[in-house]
Amino acid sequence: MIKELTCICCPMGCSLKAEVNEKGEVVSVKGNNCVRGENYAKTELTAPVRIVTTTVIARSGEPVPVKTEKAVAKDKIFDVVNNIKSVKIDLPVKMGDVIIENVSDTGVNVVSTRSVE
Amino acid sequence: MNDHSLIIIGGGPAGMAAALAAKKAGIDDLLILERDSRLGGILNQCIHNGFGLHTFKEELTGPEYAERYANMIKQEQIPYELNTMVLSVECLKDSNKKAITVISSKRGVQTIYAKAVVLAMGCRERPRGALNIPGYRPQGVYTAGTAQKLINLEGANIGKEVVILGSGDIGLIMARRMTLEGAHVAAVAELMPYSSGLKRNIVQCLDDYNIPLLLSHTVVDIKGKEKLEGVYIAKVDKNLQPIEETKEYYPCDTLLLSCGLIPENELSVDGGVEIDPRTNGAYVDESLETSVEGVFSCGNVLHVHDLVDFVSEESARAGESAARYILNGKKPIKETIEIKTGNGVRYTVPYKINVDSADELTHIRFRVSGVYKNTSIVIKSGEKELMRKKSMILVPSEMVDLVLKKSKLEEADEAITIFIEEASQ
Amino acid sequence: MYDVIIIGAGAVGCAAAMELGKYELNACVLEKESDVCEGTTKANSAIVHAGFDAKPGSLKARFNVQGSNMMKELSRKLDFAYKQNGAMVLCFDENDKPGLVQLKEKADKNGVKGVSIISGDEARKLEPALSDAVCAALLAETSAIVCPFEMTLAFAENAYANGVDFKLSTQVLSIDKLDDGFEISTNKEKLKTRCIINAAGLYADKIHSMVSDKPMKIIPRRGEYMLLDKSAGALVSRTIFQLPTKMGKGILVTPTVHGNLLAGPTAENIDDKENVSTTKSGLDDVRSKALLSVKNIPFNKVITSFTGLRAVGDTGDFIIGHSDIRGFIDAAGIESPGLTSAPAIGQYLAELVGEIIPLESKKNYIDTRKGIAHFNSLSVDEQNELIKQQPAYGKIVCRCETVTEGEILDAINRPLGATTLDGVKRRTRAGMGRCQAGFCSPTTMALLAQKMGIPIEKVRKTGRYTENGGQDNE
Repeated sequence: MIKELTCICCPMGCSLKAEVNEKGEVVSVKGNNCVRGENYAKTELTAPVRIVTTTVIARSGEPVPVKTEKAVAKDKIFDVVNNIKSVKIDLPVKMGDVIIENVSDTGVNVVSTRSVE
Repeated sequence: MNDHSLIIIGGGPAGMAAALAAKKAGIDDLLILERDSRLGGILNQCIHNGFGLHTFKEELTGPEYAERYANMIKQEQIPYELNTMVLSVECLKDSNKKAITVISSKRGVQTIYAKAVVLAMGCRERPRGALNIPGYRPQGVYTAGTAQKLINLEGANIGKEVVILGSGDIGLIMARRMTLEGAHVAAVAELMPYSSGLKRNIVQCLDDYNIPLLLSHTVVDIKGKEKLEGVYIAKVDKNLQPIEETKEYYPCDTLLLSCGLIPENELSVDGGVEIDPRTNGAYVDESLETSVEGVFSCGNVLHVHDLVDFVSEESARAGESAARYILNGKKPIKETIEIKTGNGVRYTVPYKINVDSADELTHIRFRVSGVYKNTSIVIKSGEKELMRKKSMILVPSEMVDLVLKKSKLEEADEAITIFIEEASQ
Repeated sequence: MYDVIIIGAGAVGCAAAMELGKYELNACVLEKESDVCEGTTKANSAIVHAGFDAKPGSLKARFNVQGSNMMKELSRKLDFAYKQNGAMVLCFDENDKPGLVQLKEKADKNGVKGVSIISGDEARKLEPALSDAVCAALLAETSAIVCPFEMTLAFAENAYANGVDFKLSTQVLSIDKLDDGFEISTNKEKLKTRCIINAAGLYADKIHSMVSDKPMKIIPRRGEYMLLDKSAGALVSRTIFQLPTKMGKGILVTPTVHGNLLAGPTAENIDDKENVSTTKSGLDDVRSKALLSVKNIPFNKVITSFTGLRAVGDTGDFIIGHSDIRGFIDAAGIESPGLTSAPAIGQYLAELVGEIIPLESKKNYIDTRKGIAHFNSLSVDEQNELIKQQPAYGKIVCRCETVTEGEILDAINRPLGATTLDGVKRRTRAGMGRCQAGFCSPTTMALLAQKMGIPIEKVRKTGRYTENGGQDNE
């Protein structure tokens, strides 16, 4: 199966055509102008991941910005966001404090990205 | 107490980097004035990641980048005042000192003095009125940055059905942000045939969520008297004029505008700083000094950046230059080379270089006026070629940073011209 | 039972309320919107016309000249922005010059002082930005500019201070004639009154027909405007009109009393009384016609465009006076020069009320009103005094117009205070500058939300709140 995607490694934005076999492995990549395109297609098509950022509203009403410490599977983004939205936290928090451990069973923690008094 | 070596106007990424560099260069008596209630400026509301790859070699969110810098400011014991706004900057004729009039609840309205000033006030968004979109003026029309502030800093829930005009980075980021907040983003319309945002933002903020990017489209009418009910979007022709027959209705309760940023230079202009109409920022030389002696400019108030890392680097140079000015006085100006723009180059920062006082390496930053593939960036002085750099792609959304050696500058006998040499030529 | 109910809190309604505040009366103003100054009064040229344009002998001429003569004194007593900047009417064609002479004759008949005809070169000497095509001009020294929001708020606040009730977000649904007056049904309550003043602007015909069988028709006439940044505000110092020709009435270019540059309005009769949208063709028209008068207007400095609807009656003149139903007084068809005429109309309306109810002067009448401090225009000493009393004046919320938190809090907390973003904007100018509220609106919204005890996203730009704090969308 041929899958099409846009490389984001540089502003060139090469249109990539990647051949994927039945096991879901990337067999070949075309359309790229450099090796980064090939690597990008392989990761993006086998296990695309994203860092998720959003806010948690503290009990005092103040929004606290948070992120997943590492990238999580792309198809888990909404699940992660919903889990983050459902927690209630108390202030103060420090930048880097863990807000949720192992969010949505991704093995990744959600941490605060700002110290809020 | 009210007489300082250096005053830095703005405590965002530019102001903080300038302050740290000036302190490192030996200036102890400096003061940062910040109008907001915390340091960090616009970074505080940019809760997404993608900051700091150059500066910290890791990917941070805006608040993290801001807090790291704020921590350094505190560590270096650099004084700063929050909720303090500068009302005017004036260069005193007799002493060459700068008189800075500030207002805060603590100080009241007061004039303080400094040998040198760094302007680091950032930029503002182009509002709807300046875009001349016809229609009603209902609730629900926000600039993307205002919406970002409302959601990320005020915890507001502003809309459910969204259209975005302009594919600037803040618009793209807000498309994703609104989606994650439970809204449906119907489309992002962009007047130009290319996006003004970064490619990775198009993929990660639009494509990931199946949000269509309508290139060569614009909003031609806004409906809803008190509250936004919908907008009409039409395709535009080659002259960017809407084609009436292509008009389509998009019901929505929120319209976000991400249609350009304008350096906020009203203060600079009042202080006599000359403005480059190409950037809406100050004319500066290689030391980032403006047309007013002892007044330096950096960051988004100088020219709009796409990477905060570049802002920090540039602002550190402004801080160093200001320190040098304070410690050594006015630099002797012998030979000045003007930088001219040729094919495809919209502007350059700086616009002139004092060769003698230039550092070993001079940064020249510019933006191109269109999309250029497989071209060369060429610097010439008369017929003499000083530099040539191949480039696979140049786009208006990404600032170009060229570094020119002093030895090359010394080869120039007359003004230098920077241009894009296209393959077919 | 009220003695007088005024329907409509625009310039005319509020001026009438202010005048009635001078007497021992039980008076009330009903307004369907959530704030005063929400209709025609909020979107017009903001000119105090000298009075050379109105037909001699008309109500327009009478009240224009009277109003123009009253305005300076009123602005001083009631603390609103006013500036006598003078006006010019430009003539571009030698053949049209008789038109200027006719205007001059009308001015003389109307009793307008300080009017003269000058040559094109003389005009350009006074206003260097004028077009080279100007061949002659009428100069009117008494023409002035005013802030229509502040003026109307000043009238309303003065009326309130003198005991006049204001019921906002209160829409009149029907009126029944009683033996000794009227019963007015609103969306909220029923109210009885001996007298009614119909100052309902665009809807004056609708209100009129609730009581009278005599026909009245008010046509909305759309006028589109463009407002430019203050950096363009000094392009001209006078209000620059164009001599009406066969080609149309022309549009004006004027500085505003706060230092912006305003160009407009177009003139187009429409059907929809709610249609305050701008159009591409209208704005193009403003741009091209403005450039006929003034060279090099920097239209890249437009900060906003807006539409106002004039309430145009079917008689060619203001419709002011007792209706055929005793106790029901009309003040309808108040198109230009309505803003200028408002205080004079208010006075006259009070006289008409006096013909029905004997008027007795109020003992503790207050003839002044103190507006919101305009921090930006104070001296440094005055500014520091304010900050010392109230630290919120040391906090700038709107950067473009240098509006402090103190001013915004005053706008929200004073009687008849603002409840919406536009309400704050009209009272303080916060959000009226070049960034058009980009920076200040989140802070202003937070202050409004706090005052009203609602979540920030419930704060409205304009319009009514429902009882539960939700949004009333009708």
